[in-house]
Amino acid sequence: MQNEPILKMKGISKKFGSVQALYQVDFELYPNEILGLLGDNGAGKSTLIKIISGVYSPDVGQIFIHGKPVTIFDPAGAKELGIETVYQDLALATKLNIAENIFLGREKMKNFLKTPIQILDKRKMEAETKPLLERLRIPLDPKLKVGTLSGGQRQATAIAKSIFWEAKIIIMDEPTAALGVAETTKVRQIILDLKKHGASVILISHNLEDVFSVADRAIILRGGMRVGDRIIKETTRDEIVKLMVSGEKKNEINNIQFDEVVH
Amino acid sequence: MNHRRKSTWNWFRFLLENYGLLLGFIFLCLFLSIASPYFLTLENILNVGRQISITAIVAFGMTFVITAAQIDLSVGSVIALTGVTAAAFLRQESNISILWIIAILIMGFLIGVMHGFFVAKQKIPAFLLTLATMGILRGIGFIYTQGRPIYIKSESFRALGRGFIGPIPTPIIIMLVIWIICYFILTQTKFGKYVSVVGENQEVARISGINVDKILIYVFILQGILAAIGGAIMASRLGTGSPQVGQGEELDVISAVILGGTNLYGGEGKMFGTLLGAMIIGTLLNGMTLLNISPYVQMVIRGLVILGAVWMNMYRYRVKR
Repeated sequence: MQNEPILKMKGISKKFGSVQALYQVDFELYPNEILGLLGDNGAGKSTLIKIISGVYSPDVGQIFIHGKPVTIFDPAGAKELGIETVYQDLALATKLNIAENIFLGREKMKNFLKTPIQILDKRKMEAETKPLLERLRIPLDPKLKVGTLSGGQRQATAIAKSIFWEAKIIIMDEPTAALGVAETTKVRQIILDLKKHGASVILISHNLEDVFSVADRAIILRGGMRVGDRIIKETTRDEIVKLMVSGEKKNEINNIQFDEVVH
Repeated sequence: MNHRRKSTWNWFRFLLENYGLLLGFIFLCLFLSIASPYFLTLENILNVGRQISITAIVAFGMTFVITAAQIDLSVGSVIALTGVTAAAFLRQESNISILWIIAILIMGFLIGVMHGFFVAKQKIPAFLLTLATMGILRGIGFIYTQGRPIYIKSESFRALGRGFIGPIPTPIIIMLVIWIICYFILTQTKFGKYVSVVGENQEVARISGINVDKILIYVFILQGILAAIGGAIMASRLGTGSPQVGQGEELDVISAVILGGTNLYGGEGKMFGTLLGAMIIGTLLNGMTLLNISPYVQMVIRGLVILGAVWMNMYRYRVKR
């Protein structure tokens, strides 16, 4: 059953007022693949990932995880299904430290002086953050406030937050947008590491280099519709750009079977 | 040389940022104890403590509210309305029971639920909402009493505001107990952390799986209950329930919080700072009275203190960001 998608969406439509953000979009993510999600501004990428991560709910359409239909009510629900999102603006609380951010929403608790009162177990959270940061090769002090970190360090913290929870599906929204060259290389390396550890990654990026250097496959959106699905090794940057800008004939069969994806 | 001067400056800044308020308070006390022989007497110190207790208790709630990047202007009116309600329950000597406590706590709770509902669910800005309820709640107090204070006969009730536990006035004990609880909630619990995150960035809170609406509603409930406790102590101290009391209280409360160093843009609360802020304001008012400063001048000085507090607060958090 290797070729069963870990995440499948069928006929997803979403309207904001009179704007049709997504129209009849199909989407599938296979186990252990890095999938690039491409499209120009306003193509519907953000809306699509926000539906997956539970921020929006679709007007029409179905979502399947491991073939089972699911409803994702909110971000907490998505996390329960093993879907983690690393947002473009990183969604970190700058006034909290690294450990507090990684455990935000899922704090480790302990009893207060043998009473049933539950308090935050700060020491434990810091202790568990340390090896995680070392695994990502960013040996920072977990007590550092996120507001004092560089762009790359913040990105790594945001990624650490998602992998800590052993997410099966990790969505990354423009992970390299604000980074310098060295930091970009590092983040790409981290993405490949995630795959090595068995996760599937959805990578949203304006930067075709990101997609071509790490992704296995790419889905292209244009004007809220899915206009292409390409295996990275069998396509060119020109073709992808053409799809992003002008789309492709509607009746062309875009779906690629998993077997064709070369690992 | 230059480097050394810089590090001295940094050290000075560190000291000022972390202990500036405490130093200010100590200097104020030193000055007043020299200026007035009466200031450092036990009687006066306990008197100041009793005076600030209500402001401080309400300010502990306001610390949560401001940390959540909200505001509550209605606290003075809640003090008046709950005081009137308590008095109404205690009009006769025979009505001594736990009932009035429950009644006014429920009242504070419901006011908090209402504020929370409008802010969280209806997205009404807290400033305008509580500006409206400030008038509404006090108005209800006036309608119920026809503008006349209700005299409280119950002696046991009066003990709340006038009594002593050992040598220390009861309101001071109540204030310290509530302070410890609030300090604990803000620094040690999930709720305290979530309040800060909601205050910093609601979007971050939401996608981290935090129920933002629930946190906001709880914050306003906490503020409502603490304001109700303040109202009970006030009515007890005065021996009457009056719809007139607590006018302008929100100003003292908010200045205590801001002076205490809670980020006025939300996200960072300082519970110890709030206690200190309330003490400074109380001491200042007491000192000005002891030194026979005219009430008109007092108004100006009070305003200057608020201005200074806001200025310091903005400098502190603007520069940092």
